[in-house]
Amino acid sequence: MDITNYVVLAAVLFAIGATTVLLRRNAIVVFMGVELMLNATNLAFVTFARMHGDVTGQVLAFFVMVVAAAEVVVGLAIIVTIFRTRRSASVDDVNLLKG
Amino acid sequence: MTPGALEISGGETFLFWVIAPLMVLAALGLLFVKRAVHAAMCLVFVMVSMAILYIAQEAPFLGVVQVVVYTGAVMMLFLFVLMLVGVDASDSLTETIRGQRWIGLLIGIGLAAVLGGVVGRAAFPPAVGLSGGDPDGVANPQALARVLFGDYVLAMEAVGVLLVTAAVGALVLTHRRRLAPKQTQASVADARIKALPDGVVLTPLPSPGVYARSNAMDTPALGPDGEQVPQSVSRVLRIRGQERPAPHGAVVVSTGSTREGTGSARDEEGDA
Repeated sequence: MDITNYVVLAAVLFAIGATTVLLRRNAIVVFMGVELMLNATNLAFVTFARMHGDVTGQVLAFFVMVVAAAEVVVGLAIIVTIFRTRRSASVDDVNLLKG
Repeated sequence: MTPGALEISGGETFLFWVIAPLMVLAALGLLFVKRAVHAAMCLVFVMVSMAILYIAQEAPFLGVVQVVVYTGAVMMLFLFVLMLVGVDASDSLTETIRGQRWIGLLIGIGLAAVLGGVVGRAAFPPAVGLSGGDPDGVANPQALARVLFGDYVLAMEAVGVLLVTAAVGALVLTHRRRLAPKQTQASVADARIKALPDGVVLTPLPSPGVYARSNAMDTPALGPDGEQVPQSVSRVLRIRGQERPAPHGAVVVSTGSTREGTGSARDEEGDA
């Protein structure tokens, strides 16, 4: 097996995550799509680290994980706040700024 | 092939071809599943599989972190928020932007095509591998820590600040100002005393009947006059109509005859 298969898997997962972000309406599921994309990039990072024999790729994947955790905390807090005021978790219902 | 070239073992090949299709299936589940909880479960599966792939790819530390941080913390946070928002919060299927579904699908397929084209056409160097089967090679956590706290120590500090900021931000965002004064035990007691003229009972409600042949929540107790006390049965059972009459012998006291006793008990059940 070629190690490129891992990169292909990462690309497929990234595309699926992006499509989830574009298609789903539930804000929480959209957020899960973002998480899937971050995970796919992590897989690519780990694969490239192994390909080049350099551990820096793994360090970068670690940073991506930490930033993703921070992002999830703030994002979910925003979703909860919006849900409290609008009683909805759908991204289509947040249209207060629409003229 | 260079001398230090990476040999991918048959076991790893097998693992990849078992896990990768399942991962893609679960990821597609994120796209097609109706309910958000099922989507979360699909994502948990993807993340655990990802951890297995990390460990197979000579990144044991990242594999453990993936399980602890992603499936342990992030996905549990997702589930908590799902519980807060309501588990039944499923997607509405009406389109607010016309043709959004097809445009989104087109863009997704286009992205997949572009990424696939890039990966397919790129010339990758021959894979070197990290440790070459040596457990003390460059892939062990000590080597990772050396890079993390050596070359990237400033980024590490910045990330720490970011985490603290995120935690404080989440606290501020979800904090709710108290609109009504806090209810204490004393204030609840005062309110009940004030409501006395409206027919509120201060004492605990009578407990259900305990008889020789039945001892259950759904059997009413008998008052001192021999009548059944409807309040002794839980309100929920009464509304559902699951209340049972008190046994025959007990009712005899008030009515004088077993037959009449059961009759009156049935009537009362009907009233309730």
